[in-house]
Amino acid sequence: MTNLAIAANGLRKSYPDKKGDKVVLDGIDLAVPQGTVFSLLGPNGAGKTTTVQILSTLIPADGGTVEVAGHDLARKPDDVRGAIGVTGQYSAVDKLLTGEENLLLMADLHHLSRRDGRRKAAELLERFDLVDAGGKTAGTYSGGMQRRLDLAMTLVGDPRLIFLDEPTTGLDPRSRRSMWQIVRELVAGGVTIFLTTQYLEEADELADRIALLDHGRLIAEGTADELKRLIPGGHVSLRFTADDALKDALTALGEGFLDPSDDDRLTLQVPSDGGVASLRELLARLDAAGVEPAHLSVHTPDLDDVFLTLTGQKQETPR
Amino acid sequence: MSTLTLAARDSSTMVRRQLKRLIRYPSMTIQLVATPVILLVVFVYVLGGTLGSGLGGGRDAYVNYVVPGILLMAVATAATGTAVMVATDMTEGIIARFRTMRISRASVLTGHVVGAVIQQLLGMAVLVGVALAMGFSPNASAVEWLAAVGLLTLFAVAITWLAVALGLKAQTPESASNAPMPLILLPFLGSGFAPTDSMPAALRWFAENQPFTPIMETVRGLLFGTPIGNNGAIATAWCVAIALLSYIWAKKTFNKA
Repeated sequence: MTNLAIAANGLRKSYPDKKGDKVVLDGIDLAVPQGTVFSLLGPNGAGKTTTVQILSTLIPADGGTVEVAGHDLARKPDDVRGAIGVTGQYSAVDKLLTGEENLLLMADLHHLSRRDGRRKAAELLERFDLVDAGGKTAGTYSGGMQRRLDLAMTLVGDPRLIFLDEPTTGLDPRSRRSMWQIVRELVAGGVTIFLTTQYLEEADELADRIALLDHGRLIAEGTADELKRLIPGGHVSLRFTADDALKDALTALGEGFLDPSDDDRLTLQVPSDGGVASLRELLARLDAAGVEPAHLSVHTPDLDDVFLTLTGQKQETPR
Repeated sequence: MSTLTLAARDSSTMVRRQLKRLIRYPSMTIQLVATPVILLVVFVYVLGGTLGSGLGGGRDAYVNYVVPGILLMAVATAATGTAVMVATDMTEGIIARFRTMRISRASVLTGHVVGAVIQQLLGMAVLVGVALAMGFSPNASAVEWLAAVGLLTLFAVAITWLAVALGLKAQTPESASNAPMPLILLPFLGSGFAPTDSMPAALRWFAENQPFTPIMETVRGLLFGTPIGNNGAIATAWCVAIALLSYIWAKKTFNKA
């Protein structure tokens, strides 16, 4: 068995509410192997941030046993703190200090020597493309720059486990991609990442394993591909130039539906798992019948489909 | 390194953070230094002639009488600033970051307190300087001056810890700015601006038994040789008690939030 960076059993949390207690986390089990990216996905209010707050020692759980980085969360919170780094949804930088001063503050709090602190700060400014902005106060930074500084501050202590709570919410596509690149580099260096996001694409891009959280429960867990296989909806789309060809193809294949979104009624959707073998067979049958589609595309269900099907609700549009 | 050395090291890091913040955001400091100076000018030049004759002197007698009260008021005014600063700090993500780090938990608060006390000592120095130019003429020896500065520093520490606790307890920076308000009134409801024996009985009882009065009487005694009696001991006891209780309260609130 691989060593687990996070092992949680029956994690519970509820908050007092006007109508009694509001259950936020209703018995969650997590197993995150070291050196992997684990993504917790869910709509706003599903309990993602609460999970991160508990795992990063900010708030206590009401029940369940948790080990983070090999330390018992309830009994040894300080040992957990020594092993983790957290970059939250709201930028955790001191806006009155410059970028460099923020990094040196972290270096001092990690008890690095003055020289090591300065070296580390310079290195991180360089790596996060903040050299020019290093002398300006963080309050003047753009959203993307603040987020980069935030993550850079988290890295001063060389944590082996990093919590990223919606790290790219509100960032433009370019800043998002540069954040993704940084995460990939960290993982390549052996760091474990616990990522929450409301962007399905982000989980698909980065995560080794994904868990779907809804109303305080994990409703599905697996790799992106495993999750996509949970639901039907894969098909091959064939477009023809003439009605006759479409009819011939339908006869040859024996099944298929007209794509309702094609106004010319020339696109046929054929159910398929999208695999190479079934595609080869499909093309062989069309070949034998002497029909050639003008265009072919394979549609596998994306995480959006999975999410929609499993939670029965549309993923909220990100801010 | 022992826990205590680590706590001291983290606290000094946080003090440096706070001092940098105060320099970057000078308008608060300027306001805290200017407000008591303006009050001093108003009390001495506008009201001092009349009030001074009540003391059996004139404006010069009143300058000497009113300075200790204004010094305490300067600290109370600064407490408002500290409470707001702490409350604002708590709403920022940086505090959540500190809480997820293996550092001495109270060090953030210690940073605020030491920063604020330095700010207040600066304000008091300016105030005394202006007062001297306006005719303030204490006859204290160096040792008496030192004792007065010591007591005022202890008082500043106590009130600042109280302000930190109030700032932590407040839900918003706005409500944090109201919480320490009553402190600003205490010099008036004591011997700060008029002797307590000139007040009606109920008020006089309150004025003589509230914490600010023995502190002001002790400072007066040290600077002008008026009798101190047991005021020195009572003043010190009040300061230590306020400081300790507020420290415990602040620490508890910070750990719970």
